[in-house]
Amino acid sequence: MLNQNEIIQTIQMIDKLHLDIRTITMGINLLDCTHENEQIACTKIYDKISKKAEHLVKTGCDIEKEFGIPVINKRISVTPISLVAGTSKTNDYVCFAKALEKAAVNTGVNFLGGFSALVQKGCTNADLNLIKSIPEALSETEHVCSSVNVASSRAGINMNAVKEMGIVIKKAAELTAASDGLACAKLVVFANAVEDNPFMAGAFHGVSEADTVINVGVSGPGVVHAALQNVKEGTFDEVAETIKKTAFRITRIGQLVAQEASKRLDTSFGIVDLSLAPTPERGDSVARILEAMGLEVCGTHGTTAALALLNDAVKKGGVMASSHVGGLSGAFIPVSEDEGMINAVNVGGLSLDKLEAMTCVCSVGLDMIAIPGDTPAETISAIIADEAAIGMVNHKTTAVRLIPAPGKSVGDTVEFGGLLGSAPIMPVNKYSSADFILRGGLIPAPLHSLKN
Amino acid sequence: MKAIVTVIGEDCVGIIAKISTLLMEHNVNIVDLTQNVLDNIFTMTMIVDVSKVSASFEALSSALQQKGEEMGLDIRIQREEIFTAMHRI
Repeated sequence: MLNQNEIIQTIQMIDKLHLDIRTITMGINLLDCTHENEQIACTKIYDKISKKAEHLVKTGCDIEKEFGIPVINKRISVTPISLVAGTSKTNDYVCFAKALEKAAVNTGVNFLGGFSALVQKGCTNADLNLIKSIPEALSETEHVCSSVNVASSRAGINMNAVKEMGIVIKKAAELTAASDGLACAKLVVFANAVEDNPFMAGAFHGVSEADTVINVGVSGPGVVHAALQNVKEGTFDEVAETIKKTAFRITRIGQLVAQEASKRLDTSFGIVDLSLAPTPERGDSVARILEAMGLEVCGTHGTTAALALLNDAVKKGGVMASSHVGGLSGAFIPVSEDEGMINAVNVGGLSLDKLEAMTCVCSVGLDMIAIPGDTPAETISAIIADEAAIGMVNHKTTAVRLIPAPGKSVGDTVEFGGLLGSAPIMPVNKYSSADFILRGGLIPAPLHSLKN
Repeated sequence: MKAIVTVIGEDCVGIIAKISTLLMEHNVNIVDLTQNVLDNIFTMTMIVDVSKVSASFEALSSALQQKGEEMGLDIRIQREEIFTAMHRI
């Protein structure tokens, strides 16, 4: 039988250490919503999402009340819209984004992801239409999130798409200049994107998935940080063991909630995403975990090694706790969404280059980083290309979510509020990458043998 | 179905009596009870059977929370599975 210490320990994790279910995300297939008339297609999309996700938010709230664990976000991911909209005769896909927005508002979810295209090898007309529609789509909707996969380990890097995404990001920022380029916080450029990611802004419902699935993301940087306080003098072996045990506990809660949610919603259980997702709240930071391992400030020498240990231990602990693991599964290192990262940038300890190095060993990539508003589109494309190369060569997911804040420069800070937090503007390399980006074409996929 | 009731706060007369009465009124059986007082902070965990609860689980949860507010205590009820998931393989 449970003892009092165990019960109090769980309650403290929830109350004091910010243990929560970060998201219950319902993936919905929209491939049966195509129509040559875009208005009919939009109606079908709205109707299907509204029906399938009708009880999603209420179920999340019920689970929160009964189990006493906060369920922060209830979200929806859909089939990449370029695959759905391609049948329609229109070239302007903003109407699809608006249909998604309407469905998101109707179901009451926090975000809806999937205004997406997968163009790692080449672009269809639908992909091109979607990419061109992104700035307007994101600036005219509130809940819709967009992602574009521009590279994979098998296909290489589509540098035409990389070039285009630099322009798209700049335009999206300019259209939302009044809110410091907020649209860019809803746009991710991926390499090796996964089909079952429950986290935003990069969630979409892959074509190999079932008609509807429930994917769950847990979060508990605060719990890991607190656990490390008990091994202050310990070796890395002890640090790794402590993180593994903590990750196991956190993930068990995710597994329980995922099973319960899928049962109540009569939907198949997809995956639990093992990611450690920080928030701007004090005590919920991944950077502070790295500092707890002995680094004065996150970003100093040793940070990459610390992050590699953390990322691996989280996976090893979590994978035993869940029947199906997937999504991004690792430690997230967004800057604006992590109180410790923000501090590290502000005190000069963390640079864009170090963040790039960190993305080699952890989940995702250059995430929620504000850069000067006058950064050229080609420079943004070149940052994307670097990050995509890391993903391509290392067979991992990498991503870029940059915000070129209009009118802001180094020394300024942008405030997004809520989970998106605030971001100090970080400097980019002042030398041009324009000629490199203007080449276009495809960077070939790397050899998958002769690995040394 | 079992659930865990947790009560934390400043010790005073009649905590167990009042909570037990509320549980009885909702047709909830107490299976196990552990309590201690450390530095005048009262901590109690109860394992209760809520399978025959007269109202809904949500109503019971609200009633306990309200009772907690009246008595200046933090009272909550959570389904047992969240604790067993975390602490038992």
